[in-house]
Amino acid sequence: MKARVTVTLKTGILDPQGKAIEGALKSLGVDGVASVRQGKVFDIELAGADKATAEAALKAAADKLLANTVIENYRVELLG
Amino acid sequence: MKSAVLVFPGINRERDMARALRMISGHEPAMLWHAETELPNGTDLVVVPGGFSYGDYLRCGAIAARAPVMDAVRDHAAKGGLVLGVCNGFQILCESGLLPGVLMRNDKLKFICKDVHLRVERSDTPFTRGYNAGQVIRVPVAHGEGNYAADEETLKRLNGDGRVLYRYCSADGEVGDLSNINGAAHSIAGIVNESGNVLGMMPHPENHVEDIMGCTDGRGLFAGLVAHLDRAA
Repeated sequence: MKARVTVTLKTGILDPQGKAIEGALKSLGVDGVASVRQGKVFDIELAGADKATAEAALKAAADKLLANTVIENYRVELLG
Repeated sequence: MKSAVLVFPGINRERDMARALRMISGHEPAMLWHAETELPNGTDLVVVPGGFSYGDYLRCGAIAARAPVMDAVRDHAAKGGLVLGVCNGFQILCESGLLPGVLMRNDKLKFICKDVHLRVERSDTPFTRGYNAGQVIRVPVAHGEGNYAADEETLKRLNGDGRVLYRYCSADGEVGDLSNINGAAHSIAGIVNESGNVLGMMPHPENHVEDIMGCTDGRGLFAGLVAHLDRAA
């Protein structure tokens, strides 16, 4: 089973990297960019096929390591 | 003072730290590999040194914070044992949950490598008793992620409970935006945990301990720890 965990910065947390990318996009003349926030994507392959077990494992992975929940939120998706 | 210096892959300041500890305490520190599960018997102080553990992969300090040796460090801290984390060590202590908050990218996005001034906020702790309250010391920093952040509640507690031991300041001790090198909340350079036995700081006191380094302002931190332990013994 394939899954994706997306980690993003919480609202209100300063993201200097996102700001720098935003500035670069603007200087490239890419129109209509209001703001950029940078995050991380983890593509994870799971050995089992049970959905509930997979979700629990991914949640544990995100809580224990993939995200720092002081500053980050995460989203777990099962891609089948 | 019996100390143990943790060694993770990618750490590079452990020998500076060991040299400073040896010189000031008179005891050879144990170098402890990250896969170890126990501290040497009688360890007074655990030091998590600076560097780039695991290449700063994922987040600075994130992988090292989950290493087997960290459980032993948690036990040591829970029993009141002293823990000092410098630079990457501070990041590791935050990631391990031994200290609150997180070290974010420097607000100007640049790696900062220079001497800075720190104001010692109080002198009645094991980590500051070698200094006077309000004293200004000069020590080097070398980091890209030293911008301390935490939620408002945590910052309020840190400030209110006197848990900020070191703040970035000007040469004459003024704390403000101009001297806040990395954008850290409340110019925080070093904090302790609730029980006051775990310190994390971004600057490197171990690199200002000998005349040949041009400054010995960092000695006070280690000398203070030795004095604290001598008194407790």
